[in-house]
Amino acid sequence: MSDIIQKVKNLSIGFKSKKGEEILILKNISTKIKKGETVGIVGESGSGKSTLALAMMGYVKHGLYTIGGECEFNSSNLLNMKSKDLEKIRGRKIAMIPQNAGQALTPNLKIGYQIDEALQLHSDLSEKEREKKISELLNKVRLPSPETIALRYPHELSGGQQQRVAVAMALAGTPDLLLLDEPTTGLDVTTQAHVLELLNFIAKDTGTSMVYVSHDLGAIAQVSDRIIVMYSGEIVLEGPSRDILKRPIHPYTHGLLKSIPKLSLAGLPESMPGSQPQPGIIQSGCSFFDRCNFSEDKCKNNSPQLEFLKELNTSVRCFNYEKLLKESQFNQNVNKIKNNSNDKEILNLSEVSISYAKQKLLDQIFNRISDDNPTVKDININIKKGETIALVGESGSGKSTILKSIAGLLRTKDGLIRFDENRNLSSDLKERNPNDLRIIQLIFQNPDESLNPNHTVEEIIAQPLKLYFGLKGEELNKNIIDLLQKVRLGEFYMSRYPRQLSGGEKQRVAVARAFAAKPDIILCDEVTSALDVSVQAAVLNLLQQLKEDFGTTYIFVSHDLAVVRAISDRVAVLYQGRLCEVGPSNDVYKFPSHPYTEVLLGAVLEPDPDIKPKLVAEDIVEEKPPEKGCSFQGRCSRIVGDICKKEIPPWQLTDSGNAIRCHIPIKELQKEQF
Amino acid sequence: MKVNSIYKEEKKSAFQKVSEVIITMASRPSGFIGLSILVFHIILAFISPYIAPYDFKAINPTLMLQAPSAEYWFGTDDLGRDVFTRTILGGRTALTITFFGSLIALLWGGLLGIFCGLVGGKIDDIVMRIVDAFLSIPWILAMLLIVSLLGTSTEVLIPALGFFYGKGIVRVARAATHDVIAKDFIVSARARGHSNFSIIWNEIIPNVRDAILVEGAMRWSWMLLGFSSLSFLGFGVSPPTPDWGLMISNARGLMSFAYWAVIAPIVGLSSLIIGINLTADAFAKALGIDRSTKAPV
Ligand SMILES: Nc1ncnc2c1ncn2[C@@H]1O[C@H](COP(=O)(O)OP(=O)(O)OP(=O)(O)O)[C@@H](O)[C@H]1O
Ligand code: SF4
Ligand code: SF4
Ligand SMILES: [Mg+2]
Repeated sequence: MSDIIQKVKNLSIGFKSKKGEEILILKNISTKIKKGETVGIVGESGSGKSTLALAMMGYVKHGLYTIGGECEFNSSNLLNMKSKDLEKIRGRKIAMIPQNAGQALTPNLKIGYQIDEALQLHSDLSEKEREKKISELLNKVRLPSPETIALRYPHELSGGQQQRVAVAMALAGTPDLLLLDEPTTGLDVTTQAHVLELLNFIAKDTGTSMVYVSHDLGAIAQVSDRIIVMYSGEIVLEGPSRDILKRPIHPYTHGLLKSIPKLSLAGLPESMPGSQPQPGIIQSGCSFFDRCNFSEDKCKNNSPQLEFLKELNTSVRCFNYEKLLKESQFNQNVNKIKNNSNDKEILNLSEVSISYAKQKLLDQIFNRISDDNPTVKDININIKKGETIALVGESGSGKSTILKSIAGLLRTKDGLIRFDENRNLSSDLKERNPNDLRIIQLIFQNPDESLNPNHTVEEIIAQPLKLYFGLKGEELNKNIIDLLQKVRLGEFYMSRYPRQLSGGEKQRVAVARAFAAKPDIILCDEVTSALDVSVQAAVLNLLQQLKEDFGTTYIFVSHDLAVVRAISDRVAVLYQGRLCEVGPSNDVYKFPSHPYTEVLLGAVLEPDPDIKPKLVAEDIVEEKPPEKGCSFQGRCSRIVGDICKKEIPPWQLTDSGNAIRCHIPIKELQKEQF
Repeated sequence: MKVNSIYKEEKKSAFQKVSEVIITMASRPSGFIGLSILVFHIILAFISPYIAPYDFKAINPTLMLQAPSAEYWFGTDDLGRDVFTRTILGGRTALTITFFGSLIALLWGGLLGIFCGLVGGKIDDIVMRIVDAFLSIPWILAMLLIVSLLGTSTEVLIPALGFFYGKGIVRVARAATHDVIAKDFIVSARARGHSNFSIIWNEIIPNVRDAILVEGAMRWSWMLLGFSSLSFLGFGVSPPTPDWGLMISNARGLMSFAYWAVIAPIVGLSSLIIGINLTADAFAKALGIDRSTKAPV
């Protein structure tokens, strides 16, 4: 028996456009998956990575068709197999964990029952054996007390636990090959690290081959033996994981790795220009030509072939890879950000609490909010003009909630929000005057949702200009063009609709709209997390540039600690709506830190095979903040005893001006746990 | 950087957009057939008074129940009236009344639906309960009651039909608004301080318009059937004005020996309903709305 489990040969998949042209999504892909190997397929959205993974289980999405080539599994081509035969392979020999698999569990069936169904379908075990197998599987994916978990419904599990159940179901048929499509995207940082660690363990334990598809090089780096980099439907680089990450010899991968912010480097990484071409743009020459820093004239009209370099065991599609090969070491440069904050206070939050609780009638009548355990409590932050302050924390930690209150979309329960030392902004939208609304603008996570799909770019940017400044005609037009230029978009973008823009371009339009109001403060809610890695750095650089030009203050919410490290002057760490630590970024990222900050920092996935995540606390999710004591008591691995459960910890100041809220003395916190 | 050709799309005028939708509709066989039937009926409704060969109310006892012939293409009915004349004229009232009825249904159903979707909460709940309660009343009984109290004039029929057929539109408009309302561009508009009116007009309507229009087109064909049923029961158009429902009801007793008198109006009515249905379906597809889920495909 050969040790090759899946062989993809000259595979091309495409669709027919409205005009009848054949448009290729995958262009002549050939690769092999060995037994027991974990292969990471990485690429930005639209590069064809999911299409390739699906083809590996003999599935071609509706609307697409195979143009040529084969996917051989155990020496039979899956792509021309009868569906009856395919059924015997799928689930049993090849299993797939799709994106958001955890959320795709049937909501009204118990976990145990769903796994049992999978077992009945994919194995020949008797009822007794299946029962044993269920708890075995749940044990294997490291769910606590498998017997009780089996009796729960999906909604009674956290996102990470659901994902584990999905893994358990995929393992039900003891597959030889496991395909995972973005299995940790959308999970929290800490959960993500735990799930990846589990997958690593399973790969070693069962010897299952895995194909791991992701846009996230950080995640890929943690699990893969080998990495395939895809760009625009082609494999551009393929080789051993370590080599690819440490010495990327394709310009795309090189640029990509340079543009990803790292924890160890404060400052903004270099950005890669442009964006991936849409499929079907008939181009001769290298598909990366537009964005390449190493391009030559010949790249324009000649397409490079995938070349196998024996000594490196790597394949690369580039005429000039030797230039990169000669570069002895891969170095990342970052531009230190200028801290142009001055001492003038621009926004002050004092003792702010926010509640989502339904109000009782009596309270409604007296127009007050009563809730002893509000979602967000006791927030004290003093924001200086021109600084970038970041709010970090896991999903549900109240980051967006605080932004909403500052924007006036949500009433605060208690406390004061003050602008410019004297203007009270504790009220909601209805009570704010137009100028109060103008000075604070929002940029959202997903530009697909934040731009009206039926408005042109011109109409989108015109809205604040008309509303706040009453601009019309020629002047309005001039202002729009001006703003577009500021976000590096040409005038011809004015007549386009959001669907005709790439992700990065859409986000630029959203940025332009925010700046159109000439605001003092911009609230950025996860503004880069919906973007492809290669355009993330460009948007961050743009935001920084605009800030320096206009002296705007940013409140920057993100779950990505490396991004926060890159752009922020100060960081505030939140857990369950309570502040844990506030301080200058440089200090927050160094010891001593709050036990929760430590957990967050440990879970960051870096695209470096030498930096492994450190898993400190469990990845359990708490529904509600505790009523008394420290908000982090439920997960804290350093908990010092009763005092943490009873008393709210005091703020302690470190030498560098970092404030940490914990019962453990600063000196003790200084000691690293791991 | 090279500009991708897919992105090179110019802003289109409203006229261009409409003609594009119509061309897309007509490029599918079912859409083409539907559109042709509908256009044929509409043209017929306009020109029939000028091309009708006979007087529609001319009674001629000597010509009772004549079979189709070169002179009387579709034969004559029990009063000796020309069936062809009455058939081509018989769709006019139904088409006109239901067209305006649909407009009214679209207007109140669409606006109430958007309103409910926008305000949400208690008010939304209460309004939807009431709409549901109305949905459960057999509409034909209610219509009969209204018509017998207020008469069968156009001024009564149009708003009454419009009211009853608007309920379904309320649900569609509300659901579509709910989908839009959660989007960040609405939050963004709110945070900027736009008025409710501006939010409805600029942000919501452009996004729910298509779904509501498609629903309105479907309601039109149902309303046509409903209206014809009323006529059939004698509560719609009053004789001697020719009307398909009325003609079917008059001639159905004579089916066994004068089939022509009943077949012609049946073909007229059903072809129009099929035409509207096919058109509405093609319209939905051209706009990218899957009617089974009411969501963009
Ligand atoms: N409209 C709402 N009604 C009730 N509870 C809500 C509402 N919106 C948010 N919450 C709750 O408030 C808490 C904080 O939510 P918030 O959206 O501020 O978190 P976040 O830190 O922004 O998370 P993410 O990273 O997922 O965006 C969560 O427990 C959430 O479930
Ligand atoms: S072939 Fe040329 S354009 Fe393409 S990646 Fe290599 S150097 Fe750049
Ligand atoms: S106060 Fe106690 S529970 Fe809270 S972080 Fe410090 S040690 Fe952990
Ligand atoms: Mg959020």
